[in-house]
Amino acid sequence: METLLKAIVFLPLLGAVAAGLFGTAVFRYIGGAPPQPAHDAHADEDGHQHFHYEGPRWPMMLTTGLLLLAAALSWVAFFDVVGGNTYKVVIAEWVRSGELVAQWALRVDTLTAVMLVVVTTVSALVHVYSLGYMSHDPHQPRFFSYLSLFTFAMLMLVTSDNLLQMFFGWEGVGLASYLLIGFWYDRASANAAAIKAFVVNRVGDFGFALGIFAAFALFGSIEFDPIFAAAPEMADRTMRFLSWEVPALELIALLLFMGAMGKSAQFLLHTWLPDAMEGPTPVSALIHAATMVTAGVFLVARMSPIYELTPFAQQAVLVIGAITAFFAATVGLVQNDIKRIIAYSTCSQLGYMFAALGVGAYGVGMFHLFTHAFFKALLFLGAGSVIHAMSDEQDIWRMGGLYQYLKRTWAMMLIGTLALTGFPFTAGYYSKDAIIEATFAAHTPLGEAAFWLLVIAAAMTSFYSWRLMFVVFHGKPRASRETLARVHESPAVMMVPLYVLAAGALFAGFLFKDWFIGQAEAEFWGQALYRAAHNEIVQAMHHVPAWVKWAPFVMMVAGVSVAFVFYLVKTDLPAKLANALRPLYLFLLNKWYFDEIYDFLFVRPAFAIGRLLWKGGDQKIIDGLGPDGVSALAAAVGRVASRLQTGYLYHYAFAMLLGIAGLVTWLMVGG
Amino acid sequence: MTDWPILSVITFLPLIGALFILVIRGDDEIVRRNMRYTALFTTLFTFALSLVLLAGFDPNAPGFQFEERYPWFGLMTYHVGVDGLGLPFVLLTTFLMPGVILASWHVEKRLKEYLIAFLVLETLMIGVFVALDLVLFYLFFEGGLIPMFLIIGIWGGPRRIYATFKFFLYTLVGSVLMLLAMIAIYWQTGTTDIATILSQPSTIPVDVQKWLWLAFFASFAVKMPMWPVHTWLPDAHVEAPTAGSVVLAAILLKMGGYGFLRFSLPMFPAASEFFAPLVFTLSVIAIVYTSLVAMVQEDIKKLIAYSSVAHMGFVTMGIFALNKQGVDGAMFVMISHGLVSGALFLIVGVIYDRMHTREIAAYGGLVHRMPLYAFVFMLFTMANVGLPGTSGFIGEFLALTGAFLANTWVAFFATTGVILSAAYALYLYRRVVFGPLEKEELKKLTDMTWREAAVLLPLAVLTIWFGVQPGVVTSLYDSAVNGLLAHVQAGLEVAAGAVKQAALP
Repeated sequence: METLLKAIVFLPLLGAVAAGLFGTAVFRYIGGAPPQPAHDAHADEDGHQHFHYEGPRWPMMLTTGLLLLAAALSWVAFFDVVGGNTYKVVIAEWVRSGELVAQWALRVDTLTAVMLVVVTTVSALVHVYSLGYMSHDPHQPRFFSYLSLFTFAMLMLVTSDNLLQMFFGWEGVGLASYLLIGFWYDRASANAAAIKAFVVNRVGDFGFALGIFAAFALFGSIEFDPIFAAAPEMADRTMRFLSWEVPALELIALLLFMGAMGKSAQFLLHTWLPDAMEGPTPVSALIHAATMVTAGVFLVARMSPIYELTPFAQQAVLVIGAITAFFAATVGLVQNDIKRIIAYSTCSQLGYMFAALGVGAYGVGMFHLFTHAFFKALLFLGAGSVIHAMSDEQDIWRMGGLYQYLKRTWAMMLIGTLALTGFPFTAGYYSKDAIIEATFAAHTPLGEAAFWLLVIAAAMTSFYSWRLMFVVFHGKPRASRETLARVHESPAVMMVPLYVLAAGALFAGFLFKDWFIGQAEAEFWGQALYRAAHNEIVQAMHHVPAWVKWAPFVMMVAGVSVAFVFYLVKTDLPAKLANALRPLYLFLLNKWYFDEIYDFLFVRPAFAIGRLLWKGGDQKIIDGLGPDGVSALAAAVGRVASRLQTGYLYHYAFAMLLGIAGLVTWLMVGG
Repeated sequence: MTDWPILSVITFLPLIGALFILVIRGDDEIVRRNMRYTALFTTLFTFALSLVLLAGFDPNAPGFQFEERYPWFGLMTYHVGVDGLGLPFVLLTTFLMPGVILASWHVEKRLKEYLIAFLVLETLMIGVFVALDLVLFYLFFEGGLIPMFLIIGIWGGPRRIYATFKFFLYTLVGSVLMLLAMIAIYWQTGTTDIATILSQPSTIPVDVQKWLWLAFFASFAVKMPMWPVHTWLPDAHVEAPTAGSVVLAAILLKMGGYGFLRFSLPMFPAASEFFAPLVFTLSVIAIVYTSLVAMVQEDIKKLIAYSSVAHMGFVTMGIFALNKQGVDGAMFVMISHGLVSGALFLIVGVIYDRMHTREIAAYGGLVHRMPLYAFVFMLFTMANVGLPGTSGFIGEFLALTGAFLANTWVAFFATTGVILSAAYALYLYRRVVFGPLEKEELKKLTDMTWREAAVLLPLAVLTIWFGVQPGVVTSLYDSAVNGLLAHVQAGLEVAAGAVKQAALP
């Protein structure tokens, strides 16, 4: 079993390194150069560039094959762990400095096993899908190498046994995300989005890193087992942080949550996620929907022994989660780019997960993470299929009526939409409704506020999801005739992953609900999730009033009805409404103006201050008073004694010799 | 242990190589080639010998090893030896020098003098890290600047005289004060032998310690360089030839940090503790200030130079955290920075050799023509940013942990460095490497040659290796750092005892 676990984690790395170093152009043109780019592409009569790929095919086959193998092994490991086993495989020592020790290790319990199957399954499917989607791209070995590298980093994250290895995976997925968002590096917008993603994530990592330092200061260790064992007795400890004496565990929990906010694109640190859609669509499905962005959820669930002791931090998780769910849904209502709509939807759904964690329902949050991976990856890959068919068009208003051209893709998107909106018996129905019930069952004022935010967000989710479906697939075709003439259903290599994900989106909830949140819940999670004795949220969840259980369903129906009227029956209504409520419409369309505000508050000042410190601080003040001032003085003196100028070097050597002479004299006199 | 004077051989072998080059006559192509190969093989052989040194080194033994002691000029002693604090820097120096020579393969102007300058420089740099006598240390420490002045002043860029002058002025002030402090140490302890001085806890009175500490600080702070005496570095880097920049960033900057660990901490422990807040303040300012300044640079080399200042801020911060993680981290940052900043300057050199400009705006889209270059540049950019898995992470992480234990404000502000470094480094990479290849003059570029790759790839391998298995480095200095901190602790107790005694009526 240990070998098997190692294989799961390191097979993707093997593929990434092999494909990245030997499948790409990295070592191919030493001392020379690749052929001129003009040879890579030729433009056809209407200006579309068609790319060819003529390189070797093994890098794609190798990475995909290894990932399929890793996915198969992950399911073996999953059922083994569900059977009651846990593993800790130590690979090597990483960092040791005094008491601070971190090992390279694979810690596999139920929580990790769930992540293993999610990550490897979706990654394997995305690899297969990309074989078709990227088949014309001249840089596909590089693409597959990055995908596998990402998978490796993500697996290191979820199998970590200490905070430091988690941070390794954490930043590693950040690197892969950066590389993949900027995969098409000719585009200025892609480069900007890639940097933005990395830097905003680093803002979160700033908190994560401080959290690790604080954990070490408090526990004298950064490994999970000692921390979890010592946590209860540390509950009342305080710690000096900056100028205040604060509860130590709360501080650690909040700092770590800041990291989670960055990675999971929560309110305030969410701005990078919509821009990340600049990356190829399979990337959006894998990284920015199913796996990487859920790392924050995983982190909080992993640290549940801490969060159970920190009511304030838990409330922060709840509040941020609920606000994100609501905020992102409002923005999603009015977006026009098919991928951005789904991106805001992802942001919103991540908020749901955090809301569940915030009321102590860790299993429920993880369940939504699990089901969401299937249907959101399905929606993204489905959208990719549409974009592929439409010659890279992403504006939903240039689509329309695609149902008759893309029946199978339509069916897949339909399944994804049903699951996302929580249609009865689909995956989302079980997991999302459970979150809404859990917030209600918390019976706290904040829980109740979160409940209402989530219920309203559910209506908006339904509205924007169906809006997308209606506008893209129904109504009159709005695309140009040339585009429509080229519309074609995607090849089987792209469709089969969709079918698999669709099966997950339909059945994952029904099949796994007993394990994740039902009767078998306590046994299923075992020691992986910790709940304090007073935490009975899972039982309480099942005893909420009937109207609470019905609320999400009603909201879903309301959302789809409004969308139906707006976009299929009275199609002039949305424009009228947008005009009537123009300020609100613009506010939402511009994403609550977060980008503009951050640009004004942080980006511009940083550059302005940098320039000021350089020109003013370094050049005017320091150099002006220091060397330049002295040199001006020296020049003045030099004019008087002009003949003595012999060059700095001789001065220096002379001064040094003089010094040595002085020292020797001193020795002789003193000694 | 060996029965032959291996340390002296390693130290002076480059000098012998320099003598060989000096006596080579003629100036035709064959002679030039011979000179290059002489320099290359000298440095390679020196590196090989230092590996023998490494093999014989016992990291757990206390005190100095491979000691050699000869009387010198009758009244002074030539005393060398290494411990866990010095050895990593000896290895770093000997490892980098062959690459430095290779990177200068196409230098034509006064080649003979050029190679001699670098070989002499190597001897002096190694000398700094092995000297165990104050006079000897001073000689090596200050002497090393002379070849560096020459390298910048003769083979440098258009503003080389200004840069050399600035460099000279800063270091002169520091070195004069250090010399006075050394005389004072002799006056206090009665010996110039470093090993003897360090053999027992410092008994220098606290107020004397403070003055001496400040005098040493003046010298080391300039070398680091710390804010606000850092402005010589960007100019020196910009004007220096590629190989000069590599040596400057990778090794010369480490002398300040080494000096703090060798002198300031163990000899003036009470003063070190007293002045720690000052150092913290300057370090944090350095990290934030220079990172912001780096963001707006228009010259690639200047940007990397400012980034170096920021990284050195982590070093001083870690050292004066005065705890295990802090000092371990500072050591690691220095070694890692030696590899990474050296590599980054080599990387700038690769395109400077082709285009003869360092202006960021002159580039863009290099990835289209130079895939290996883009890959290597990305790797070192990530190491510079401190990505876990590269050597850049380990040191920063440990230094920040140490700082957090010492003072959370310091750690808080210093950690913002991880955000800012990502911003300036990725912004640079994007403007140089990514984007469409539009400028006509760039369209003829060719990827790195085998020679350039041979210089950079070993650095890349070590950067990853040390990032994944930092133990190979930390185990060298682990017990030396423990010994140092115990020594500091003992010194502090002595000082506290003295204060108590003075307080008695």
